[in-house]
Amino acid sequence: MSVTRSERKVPKFGARYILEARIRGMMKFFWVIVAVAILNPLLYLISIGLGVGTLISNNIGPQGIDGVSYLTFIAPALLASSAIQGAMDEVVFPTMDGFKWGKVFFGMNSTPQTGADIAGGVFLGAMVRTVLSVGVYSVILYLFGAMDSPHSYLAVPIAIFAGASFGAVMLAFASYVHNEDMFFTIVGRFIVGPMFLFSGTFYPLDTLPIALQFFGWISPLWHATELGRYATYGHSISGAMIGVHILFMAVMLVVGLKIAFRQFQKRLTK
Amino acid sequence: MSENLIEVRGLTKKYGDFVAVNGIDFHVQKSESFGFLGPNGAGKSTTMRIIAATSQRTSGEVSVLGKDPEIQGPQIRAHLGVVPQQDNLDAQLTVSENLYIYGRYFGLPSKFIKSKINDLLEFAQLEEKRDVKVEALSGGMKRRLTIARSLVSEPDILILDEPTTGLDPQARHILWDRLFRLKEDGITLLITTHYMDEAEQLCDRLMVMDKGSIMAEGSPAALIKKYSTKEVLEVRFGSDRNAEMAPAMQQLCERIEVLPDRILLYSDDAEAVLESIVAGGNHPNTSLVRRSSLEDVFLRLTGRSLIE
Repeated sequence: MSVTRSERKVPKFGARYILEARIRGMMKFFWVIVAVAILNPLLYLISIGLGVGTLISNNIGPQGIDGVSYLTFIAPALLASSAIQGAMDEVVFPTMDGFKWGKVFFGMNSTPQTGADIAGGVFLGAMVRTVLSVGVYSVILYLFGAMDSPHSYLAVPIAIFAGASFGAVMLAFASYVHNEDMFFTIVGRFIVGPMFLFSGTFYPLDTLPIALQFFGWISPLWHATELGRYATYGHSISGAMIGVHILFMAVMLVVGLKIAFRQFQKRLTK
Repeated sequence: MSENLIEVRGLTKKYGDFVAVNGIDFHVQKSESFGFLGPNGAGKSTTMRIIAATSQRTSGEVSVLGKDPEIQGPQIRAHLGVVPQQDNLDAQLTVSENLYIYGRYFGLPSKFIKSKINDLLEFAQLEEKRDVKVEALSGGMKRRLTIARSLVSEPDILILDEPTTGLDPQARHILWDRLFRLKEDGITLLITTHYMDEAEQLCDRLMVMDKGSIMAEGSPAALIKKYSTKEVLEVRFGSDRNAEMAPAMQQLCERIEVLPDRILLYSDDAEAVLESIVAGGNHPNTSLVRRSSLEDVFLRLTGRSLIE
């Protein structure tokens, strides 16, 4: 083994190598990921989509909510929520593992990889999973006839955008967590649960009293849902609100990643 | 022939009010095997992490391969192999996958890494475990894999933090053998340990650390020569009588250390000391004559034992 070596190059865009490792890690759970991606929409579509949908169309008629069928109404919301869930799982668990359980981030950081590279790689890994989940979900929605409007495909990129923005924030959040028991309780019960229920997922947000609508306004799911409904079947929103929805998610994405990049570096080099 | 790969001056690291490393100076030459010996909390690992560009110093000057780790961390790390105190292998992946992805973190081409994996597996004696998930390996195997992993990038400096802590004696000996081979290959080794036998076996030069400071520096043999006698006599009179016998023992040799369970008598001729104890009418319960070790050096320097 040679000891005299010339100057070594630091790999450019190191996050791609972390992504490579994340994909390998995910491949070990490939069938679990696929099963979740298929079962999750099936269960929702059968129980709520068909169950509640039938109730609605029997009572109000086929143009049930917002002038479209119930399935068409909830499709963008379900897509976005699946993106958010997939992105969250794939940032939170690897981050806990990386810093605490298996400490793999410390191994990565003893190579030329920096905290920002590692955070970026984990985020990109989560995006791969998100794209996969949303892809499978949209195929199933299509098969159920929930993607029947001419622009319904637009719900796909919007959902991925929502997953990215929420994933970025959760990546930042998870990078501060030392005691995971509390973390999962807080996230599950007080963030994801209420977000799903109060984001206008199953009924228009303005049905709620104004005080409760607040939860929707701060939820990326609501912003994505509004955008998705606008794009897929022309749900009426003002041009200003379109800007607000996009800006809200963009700010979450940028600020989340920025904080995550900084905190990863800080925690690794304490 | 004295090219310094690492130079450290006045290095200090504080965590709040706690001073983990207190203004230390040292240098490491190319192809040298340099050890940090000291108990837990001596500041060894902190020093290593600063050298490895994974921790920020509070003050002082550090140069690794002519670069400042604070400014050129990734550039320095591209030349290092690091074996951390706690294994951080990817438990979900197989043995060979762990080697592969680690090489990728250095940006090495797939072909190059794949061509190295067989040699690394052979070095780590893990050929048969190639496709086994890491979570199924024993502690010793994981350590060997971690060492093999650190070699995938052909590092100029190999940093080993407590490489054999937690391993059984057989696994330790296998590991020492592997490390000795690396030393023979001319890799610069940096090792922290609280095992004196490990330090004696592997290190050309040692720094004895305690409470963030350097207590002594030199080759194992030179340290023993300087801070201890050639031989040591260990006698036990029973825990209640050791202290009582100490003054009488003091007369018979250069220096004594009274430990709770035994008295250590330092002399260049320990047999003769034992004979004079017996001639004086005292009969210890047990007695042992041995060569001085780094443990004695540490005891002399700090008044404490290495492993507490």
